[in-house]
Amino acid sequence: MSGVASPAAAGSVSDIANAVTNGERSAVSVVDAHLARIDDHEGAVHAFNLVTADAARATAAAIDERLAAGEDVGPLAGVPVAIKDNMCTRGVPTTCSSKILDGWRPPYDATVVERLASAGAIMVGKTNLDEFAMGSSTENSAFGPTHNPWQLDRVPGGSSGGSAAAVAAGFTPLSLGSDTGGSIRQPASLCGVVGVKPTYGAVSRYGLIAFGSSLDQIGPFTTTVADSALTMDVIGGHDPRDATSSTESFGSLVDVLDRGVDGLRVGLISEMTGGVIDGIAEDVLARVRAAAEALEAAGATVGEVSVPSSVYGLPAYYMVAPAEASSNLARFDGVRYGLRVDGPNTAAMHTASRTAGFGPEVKRRIMLGTYALSAGYRDAYYGSAQKVRTLITQDFDRAYADFDVLLAPSSPTTAFELGAKTADPLTMYLNDVCTIPSNLSGQPSMSVPFGVGDDGLPIGVQILAPLMGEPVMFQTAAVLENAQEDAS
Amino acid sequence: MTDTATDRREPTLPDGWELVCGLEVHVELSTATKLFCGCPNEFGSEPNTNVCPTCLGLPGSLPVMNADAVTSAMRLGRAINCTVKPSVMARKNYFYPDMPKDFQTSQYDQPTNENGWLDLPDGTRIEVERAHIEEDTGKSTHVGGDGRITSAEYSLIDYNRAGVPLLEIVSQPDIRTAEEAKAYVAELRGIVLALDVSDARMEEGSMRVDANVSVRPIGSDELRTRCEIKNINSLSSLGRAIVHEANRHVDLWTTGERPMQETRHWDEEAGRTRSGRSKEDAEDYRYFPEPDLTPLIPTAADLEAVDVSIPELPSAVRSRLADAAGVAPTEVSVLVDRGQAGFALDTIDAGADPTRVLVHLTNNLADGTGEMDPAAFAALVSMEVGGELSSTQTKEVLADMVVTGRTPDAVASEKGFEAMDTGELDGILDGLIADHPSEWERFCSGDDGDAKKMSGFFTGQIMKATRGQADGKVVAQLLNTRKP
Amino acid sequence: MSKLSRDDVAHVARLAMLELDDAEIDAFTEQLGSVLATADDMAALDLDSVVPAHHPLGLVNVMRPDVVQPSLDRDEVLAQAPAAEDGRFCVPPALGEQ
Ligand SMILES: [Mg+2]
Ligand SMILES: [Zn+2]
Repeated sequence: MSGVASPAAAGSVSDIANAVTNGERSAVSVVDAHLARIDDHEGAVHAFNLVTADAARATAAAIDERLAAGEDVGPLAGVPVAIKDNMCTRGVPTTCSSKILDGWRPPYDATVVERLASAGAIMVGKTNLDEFAMGSSTENSAFGPTHNPWQLDRVPGGSSGGSAAAVAAGFTPLSLGSDTGGSIRQPASLCGVVGVKPTYGAVSRYGLIAFGSSLDQIGPFTTTVADSALTMDVIGGHDPRDATSSTESFGSLVDVLDRGVDGLRVGLISEMTGGVIDGIAEDVLARVRAAAEALEAAGATVGEVSVPSSVYGLPAYYMVAPAEASSNLARFDGVRYGLRVDGPNTAAMHTASRTAGFGPEVKRRIMLGTYALSAGYRDAYYGSAQKVRTLITQDFDRAYADFDVLLAPSSPTTAFELGAKTADPLTMYLNDVCTIPSNLSGQPSMSVPFGVGDDGLPIGVQILAPLMGEPVMFQTAAVLENAQEDAS
Repeated sequence: MTDTATDRREPTLPDGWELVCGLEVHVELSTATKLFCGCPNEFGSEPNTNVCPTCLGLPGSLPVMNADAVTSAMRLGRAINCTVKPSVMARKNYFYPDMPKDFQTSQYDQPTNENGWLDLPDGTRIEVERAHIEEDTGKSTHVGGDGRITSAEYSLIDYNRAGVPLLEIVSQPDIRTAEEAKAYVAELRGIVLALDVSDARMEEGSMRVDANVSVRPIGSDELRTRCEIKNINSLSSLGRAIVHEANRHVDLWTTGERPMQETRHWDEEAGRTRSGRSKEDAEDYRYFPEPDLTPLIPTAADLEAVDVSIPELPSAVRSRLADAAGVAPTEVSVLVDRGQAGFALDTIDAGADPTRVLVHLTNNLADGTGEMDPAAFAALVSMEVGGELSSTQTKEVLADMVVTGRTPDAVASEKGFEAMDTGELDGILDGLIADHPSEWERFCSGDDGDAKKMSGFFTGQIMKATRGQADGKVVAQLLNTRKP
Repeated sequence: MSKLSRDDVAHVARLAMLELDDAEIDAFTEQLGSVLATADDMAALDLDSVVPAHHPLGLVNVMRPDVVQPSLDRDEVLAQAPAAEDGRFCVPPALGEQ
C-alpha cells in the first residue's frame, strides 16, 4: 500500500508568509492551492473532521484586501493552518472526535486560535484525533481513523494524528496539536514532521478542551524546525486567562536557530536507549545514536545519563491523566451543550447521554480515573503518582546539572498497522513510554525527523530540555535537521 | 460563659437530653465579579445573562481567581479569630445539573481559614473549625406538579449565580440550644455586615444556613448520628427546624430506633423536616487539588493589611454601649444588630439618660432614627426625664422628629405641649376627691391590691381631664403626697 | 493493592454516571485491573517523604483584579442547549420516576 506523503507540497510557513507579505502570491491563491491538495487526498488520509473551505477563502480575501491597503497582517500572513479539533473555534463545530459534543459550536476562540488569526494565519479545518485526545493512533475517533500519509494502512500516531497527517500529506504547512503524554511528539515521529511539546505554561491552554489539565500543552507541527520556532513566537507567551500560564519569557526562538551546538553537553537517557525500558525497536535506537553522533560531529559532547524514576512514568501517568480526565469530562452531562439522550429524571438523562456519547477508550479512562480518586484508593494511586512526578522532576534536574539537552526516542517504533494494537489497551499505552516523563515534569521536548526505519517509515528523535529551555532545544533541533538533510 | 448542661439546655427537649448542633453558614461575598470569571456578581438579573465560558463550564474554559474574593475571605476569617493559612483550591466531584462543571471548586484539606471562634452576646464561645472559599451553584426552578421538587415535570436552570464567591463557615458542634444557634447566626451576620463583605440576606439567599443536628444523654460526650438540615430561610425557621429535628431524634432514640445519617429538608409550612433523596454512592467526592489554579500563599504584608482593615466588630461595640449604659451586653445586642449603637452612644455622650435612650431606640425606633440627630434626641430625652413632656407626648414628638429632623422644643411648642404645673393638677385632683369620696377612701386605707386599683382609677381620671397631657410619673408622685 | 472486582467496577460506573452492560463490566474489570497492576509498581518506591507535585512552574497567588468583563449573549448560549425555555436551560425533573 503506497502513500500520499509530501510534506514539501505545502511549502514552508516562512516562504508562504514572505511571498504573501511581499505580494508575490495572494492569500487566496495559497488557500486555493492547499484546498485543492486536500480535495485530492483527504479521502485517503482523513486528516480532517471538518474542512472550513468557504471561511478560509473569505479570510484569505480579507487578508489580501488588508495587504492591498498597505496593512501589516502579521508574521504568518496567508499561512494555511489546521487546528486539532479539541481547540475551541468560535461558531465552528468543535468535537474532540466525540459524539458527546454533537452539534456544539463554541461561542469563543481558544487563545492560540486568536493569536494565529491575528498573525495572519488562515484556518482551513479542524483535524481528527483520538476521542478527547485519549490514544496513540487516532483510531479512537468517533469519525473513523486517520491514515498515515506515508503508508495508508499504518496509523499516524496519536492523539494528534490528524494534525500530524495534515502536515505530512502537504495539506497545510502548519498545524496545532496538543500533547498530554506524547500526543504531538509520537505522531510527529510516525509522520516524519517536526512536533513540539512546549514547557507547561509556555502556551496558553485557554480554549483547549482539557484532558489532563496539569499535563496538557499545545504545540505546532511543521515541516521545518524554523517554522515551529516562528509559530512558537506567535502562539507562546503569557495569557491572563490561563492561571497556569508562565509569566516568564524565553524570548524569540527564531533568533536562536543558528547558534549551533558547539560545546553543548548532550545526554542520552540510558533507560530509554539501553534496554531498561523494553520494547524500543532496534532501528529506532540506531537513529537516536546516529543523532547523538551527528551532534557530536557538530561540536557537542555526548554522554549517557540516567533518569531512573522515568521507568515509573507510565504507571504514574495512567493514574494522574485519567484522574484529571474523569473530573474534566464530568461536565458532558447533556444539560448545556452537545448530545442529550433523554431520561425520566436528570440522573438518568446524564447517564444515558454519557453512555451513548463517549467511546470505549474514554469510558475506560474515566473509570480508571474515578477509581484512582475514590475513597480508600486516592492516596495509593493518585497520591503516589503525584509523588512520582516529583521524583521524575528531581531526576531530570540532576541530569540537567550535567547536560544541556537530553536525547531519547520519540516513539518506540515506526508507524504500526491500523488495528494492530486496538485489542489490548495496555499495549497501546506503551507507545508513550518515552514521551510521558517530560509531561509529568512539565519540561519541553520535541520530535525532529531523523531518517527512516527498516520499513522505510519515518523515525523522529526526541530532544528534551529543562523548564523554559526552548532556546537550547531549538538550537539543537536546527543542527539535527541540517545533519539529516546533509545525510539524505 | 459557663458550659454546663444546666444553664445551656435546650428547653424543648425532654429531661436528660442534650442538643448537639453545628452550623454551616454560606455567605455570598459581594465582589463586583464572580470567583473565577469577570461576569457581574449580581442578584436579580435576567436569567443566564451574567454567564461566560468559564462560569458555564464550557469545554476549554479556565478559572482565574478573583483577588478581592480572597481578601474578603481572609478578612472574615480574621474577624472570627481564624488562623489564615496557605491554601489550595480543590475539586469536589459530584453530578448536579445546577453545577456547570459537575464539580465544585472549593477548598478541602488546606482551607484559607482554620480554628477560629465567635463569642455570643451572653459570652458563650462557639468554636469555628474552618471558613473556606468556594463557588456557588446556579439555580433551578421546578416546573409543574405542585411546584415541589418531588413532583416537578421538569426544571429550568439559570446560571447567573453559578460561580459567585462563597465563604463557608463551619462551626464545631458547640451549639446547645436553638436560641444559641440563632444568636450565632445573628452574630456572624453582624460581623459580615461590619466588614461589608456581603449583604448577608437570608431571604435572598446571600446567607444560607445548614444545621447539623444530633442529641445525646446529658453528661455524655459522645457524638451520635447527625442529620444535616437544609432549606432554612430565616432565623426563626432555623430555631424551629433545630427544635423539631432534635425532638425527632430523641423520639427515635427513646423508642429503640436510631436516626439515619442523611440530609433532610426543612418544610416551613408543615413545620417538620423531610428526608432528602438517599444517595447511596454519591458521598464519594473524590477531592483533588484544582490543577487549573495555583496555591494561595498570603504574605506577611497581606496578613497585616487584612488585620488593619478590620473595623470595630459587634462584640466590641456591644461592650462599649453596655458600659456606657450600665447594662449587660445582651440588653444592647438588638441595637448593635440594627446598627444603632453609634447613635445610642452619641446620644448618651450628649448627656441623655442611658436607660430612656435604650428604651426609645429599642421600642420606638426599630425602623430607624430617620432625620433626627443624636443631639436633638438627647434634648428630647432630657425634656421627658425633667417632666416637661409626658411619655405619650414624648413619643409623639419623637415620631415627628424622625420625619422632619426638627428640635424637640420646636415640635413640642407647635403641638402645644406645655408642662402641666402641679398646682393645676392639684385642683383637678381636689375636684375628683369631692366627686368620688368612697374611691378616695379605698385609695387611702384599702389593702395593697385595692389601693393600687384606685391609684389606677384616679390616674386615669386625671389623664382624661388633661387629655393625656399630664405626666404619669408626676401624677403618681402627686397621689402619694396627698395620701394621708 | 486489593484486586479490582466486578462490584468495584459497577460502583465506579455509577459514580461516573456511565451504564455498563455485563460484557463491558467484565472487560473493564480485566483491563483496569491490569493497568492498576502496573500502578502497583509505584509501591516499590519510598514515597513517604516525597512532596507531591502541584504545579511544574511553582506558580502561586495567580489572581485577577475584580473587574467586570463582558458576558456572553444569552441567545448564543441557549442556542447550544439541548432544551431551553424562558431564558433558561431545561432538564428533566430531579426526581422523576426512577
Ligand atoms: Mg460547601
Ligand atoms: Zn462568567
